Amino acid sequence: MKSLLFALMLALVLPASAEEATPVGEDPVIEQRMIKLSEELRCLVCQNESLAGSHAELAEDLRQEIRVQMKAGKDDKEVIDYLTTRYGDFVLYRPPFKPLTMLLWFGPALFLALGAGIWYFTLNKRRNLKETPVDEKQLAAAAHLLEDNK
Amino acid sequence: MKRWIPLIVFLVLVGFFAKGLFLNPREVPSPFIGKSAPAFTLPVVGDANTSFSPADMKGKVWVMNVWAPWCVSCRQEHGLLMALAQSQPVPIVGLNWKDKDREAAQLLSDQGSPYFAVPDDLSGKVGIDYGVTGTPETYVIDKGGIVRMKHVGPISPDIWKEKFEPKLKELGA
Repeated sequence: MKSLLFALMLALVLPASAEEATPVGEDPVIEQRMIKLSEELRCLVCQNESLAGSHAELAEDLRQEIRVQMKAGKDDKEVIDYLTTRYGDFVLYRPPFKPLTMLLWFGPALFLALGAGIWYFTLNKRRNLKETPVDEKQLAAAAHLLEDNK
Repeated sequence: MKRWIPLIVFLVLVGFFAKGLFLNPREVPSPFIGKSAPAFTLPVVGDANTSFSPADMKGKVWVMNVWAPWCVSCRQEHGLLMALAQSQPVPIVGLNWKDKDREAAQLLSDQGSPYFAVPDDLSGKVGIDYGVTGTPETYVIDKGGIVRMKHVGPISPDIWKEKFEPKLKELGA
C-alpha cells in the first residue's frame, strides 16, 4: 500500500518538475547573456526596475531586440551602444566615466578628503591650545564662590 | 560667522532637494538633440499604399508627435493639437506607436485628425529608434532634419507657448 502511494506521489511530482526544467527562451546561451546584460540596464518605463525584471511592454520589446542583436552576433558592447544612442547613458545603471560624470565618480573621494582636512585642522588646533594661566587670586575667587553656594 | 555654517549648508541642501522635487523624472535628456532625426519609411494609417519618411519633410520645420489610440494622456492633448493644426503653419506628424488593436484610423475619423501624416509604427521599432519611452512624446525637427527639442508628456497650451513657440520661432518656422 505504502509503495503504491509512493508511486502515485512520484507520478504526480515528476511531470511537474520536468515541465519546470524546460528553458523559457529558444536559445539558453543567448537568454543567459541577455538576462545578464539587461540586469545592468534600466527600464525606461518603471525607472527603478532593471530591464531584466520589468514587465513593461517597452522592456519586453527591448529584451527582444537585445536577443535579436545577440543572435546576429553582436557583442555586449555593441548592444549597449545601440541602447545608449537611443536612450542616452540613462539606461546604464553604472554611469560611464567621462568629463560630465567626473564629479559623480570623484565626489565621494572629494568629500572624504574634505572631511579628513577638517579633522586634521581641528586636531591641530587642539594640539596647539595653550593652557590658560590661572593665578592664585583667581583660584581663591573660585573657591570663595564654591563656598558661597554651599 | 562660524556658527552660521551648518545653517548655510542646510539651506544649500534644501535648495538642491527642492529643485529635485520639482524635476520631472520622465524628462530624460534625449541624446538626439542636435543630431539627425533617425530615418524610417512607414506606411500611413488608412492608406497602406502611401508611405511617410522624415526625408519628405526636408526644408520644413515640423513637429513629430508620438501617440497611440490606447494612450489616455494623448487624448488630453488631442484638442490642443486640433487647434494648433488650424492656427499655426507647422505641420504635425503623428507617429502611431504600437497600435496593435488597429484603432487609429477609426479614432482619427471619429475625433478629427490634427496630423499632416500618420506613419504607422506597428512594431514600435521606429519609436525605439527615436528613444521613445512612452506616449505622448513630441519632437521638433528643423529644416535640415535635425532634432532640436523633445517634450515628454502631453502638451498643454502653456507648454506650447513657453517651450514650443520660442523654439519654432528660433528655427524660422
